[in-house]
Amino acid sequence: MTETQNLTLVQAIRDGLHTELREDDDVVVMGQDVGKNGGVFRATEGLFDEFGGDRVIDTPLAESGIVGTAVGMAAMGMRPVPEIQFSGFMYPGFDQIVSHMARFRTRSRGRFTLPMTLRAPYGGGIRAPEHHSESKEAFYAHEAGLKVVIPSTPYEAKGLLAASIRDPDPVIFLEPKLIYRAFREEVPEEPYTVPTGEAATRREGDDVAVFTYGAMTRPTLEAAETLGEEGIECEVVDLRTISPLDREAVVEAFEKTGRAVVVHEAPKTGGLAGEITAILQEEALLYQEAPIGRVTGFDVPYPLYALEDYYLPSAARIEDGILEAVEF
Amino acid sequence: MTVFDRAYDDTVRVLDEDGEVVGDLPDLDDESLVEMYRHMRLARHFDGRAVSLQRQGRMGTYPPLSGQEGAQIGSAYALDADDWMIPSYREHGAALVHGLPLKQTLLYWMGHEDGNNAPPDVNVFPVAVPIASQVPHATGAAWASKLRGENDAFVCYFGDGATSEGDFHEGVNFAGVFDTPTVFFCNNNQWAISVPRERQTRSATLAQKAEAYGIDGVQVDGMDPLAVYSVTEAALEKARDPETDRPRPTLIEAVQYRFGAHTTADDPTVYRDDDEVESWKRKDPIDRLESYLRGEGVLDDERVAEIESSVEAQVADAIDAAESMARPDPRELFEHAYAELPPELERQYEEFAALRDERGDAAFLED
Repeated sequence: MTETQNLTLVQAIRDGLHTELREDDDVVVMGQDVGKNGGVFRATEGLFDEFGGDRVIDTPLAESGIVGTAVGMAAMGMRPVPEIQFSGFMYPGFDQIVSHMARFRTRSRGRFTLPMTLRAPYGGGIRAPEHHSESKEAFYAHEAGLKVVIPSTPYEAKGLLAASIRDPDPVIFLEPKLIYRAFREEVPEEPYTVPTGEAATRREGDDVAVFTYGAMTRPTLEAAETLGEEGIECEVVDLRTISPLDREAVVEAFEKTGRAVVVHEAPKTGGLAGEITAILQEEALLYQEAPIGRVTGFDVPYPLYALEDYYLPSAARIEDGILEAVEF
Repeated sequence: MTVFDRAYDDTVRVLDEDGEVVGDLPDLDDESLVEMYRHMRLARHFDGRAVSLQRQGRMGTYPPLSGQEGAQIGSAYALDADDWMIPSYREHGAALVHGLPLKQTLLYWMGHEDGNNAPPDVNVFPVAVPIASQVPHATGAAWASKLRGENDAFVCYFGDGATSEGDFHEGVNFAGVFDTPTVFFCNNNQWAISVPRERQTRSATLAQKAEAYGIDGVQVDGMDPLAVYSVTEAALEKARDPETDRPRPTLIEAVQYRFGAHTTADDPTVYRDDDEVESWKRKDPIDRLESYLRGEGVLDDERVAEIESSVEAQVADAIDAAESMARPDPRELFEHAYAELPPELERQYEEFAALRDERGDAAFLED
């Protein structure tokens, strides 16, 4: 009988880091405040005490330095897990991410590969100061050579993180901080992986396929339940990995229902919803019975918190978007 | 007193401009000195041929190194085979000394990614084009070696312009904090394309920037291969086996000059005077070592002629080998993006391959 713990998402991530540090001496956790302090969200709590400062490393405050030194470590065969404290601060490290992290394998014809996992809390909804709530996952999904993983449940967060750390390729692992502590789930203590690159069906339904990921999975399911009471059955698909995207799962759910809505908190223009819409146009046009809906953040800079509840897609907006697709 | 205990502007020199000994000679036997000289001649000849190939349309844009052989060959000659080299994009001479075949360098600038794929026993990182972006890699790689209890040293090359970039400061700062076995080797060639060294910093020297990070900094005459060798050797030795009171990392500023253009796409006559170029050419590192070796009776006309003809043959062979490489198969576009090809990439390739089968290569390729 597998031992489990009832954990929040951030605790499951901590447990995932703990497990991988224990399993593989080449894994190191590094970043600002990840050591003694245990991370600003407690994602690395206790790891420093157990594994010491050479495995759980407090670095200088320098995002490019954190990503760039991790690139060098990974090229030498280690499995660094750098943390950027908030995804809104990834931009000073952006050059290292796109110019090197994503390209090292290709450029060296596979001689060097970068088994590194760059973690960052991302997204809004926690009343944080400016630059602490952005969701710019599309930047990274656009960059070939990277994988981009966004968990939405504690169990999967631990398994997806383990799969990411063990992956020979570099992974951007974005953690929706709105749901860091929103609920608990039984999480096995033993090591396990949840494969990246695969979507999960969260709810079955024949009327409309709703695609989402990360923190938006919960309001989407809430909207689906409400509509279910009115006899509208939503198939809710949680993408879990936005690059490489599980196109098969997306197309299959659409073919089943003929209608689709995509929900994400990132701005609409250039976001994943546009990509999913294009995939459905390419691969399943003849199944389409209504325009594909997009319920997303607005194309505005992420607001200070007095307005963020209006900015983020709510269950009400999602319901409305689904109804438009269903009633077309 | 070590070379690290001097003032930042007290430039280390072994040979003066006439090849006269003015400092402490490194412990190298005559054959090693001739080998170093031969590498410099090889790098110089290679460089001339590369520029010429670009002019003939046989190679893409190329960054010349002439003038910098003293710094490149002198420093690389100090590396053990197990040590790692993290280059920028101009260190063809240094990489050559460390074992990278000339053919690889040619291939890279001829547009073949395979040029970056060094033989497995040659410890060289891929060329890094974004300025200073390789500096944190060198720190990270050295850090990995230290964390794993290995004993390798890492030398990272960059130019004077790179010292203005954030990545230089972040990479060197991390090296200081974590005491990584890294030698930061600044090829101060005076010009970052058209912008002079004085426009990069108000610091009197680049070597003194080490002070800010608590590591050693030393300025060396980059046109003096023996001085460069001595300083680099001392820095590598300290990286591998530091004395208790010395930091492992070192910042070396090698003062030198780029005789030619930044790249073959650049025209340096727009921004610098002929007089300046001529005055630096009088400090030519190859002439300097040759004068010294002739004076010592180690080199004579016959030996120099023999070296020249072997160098010419070696470069000609490398060019033949590189030019006879077939154009890479387009499958290679996809092959190395991920360890395991994602299904969508496989699909993109198959779609393209089907069209290529149908239309033939002529539909895609110029000329």
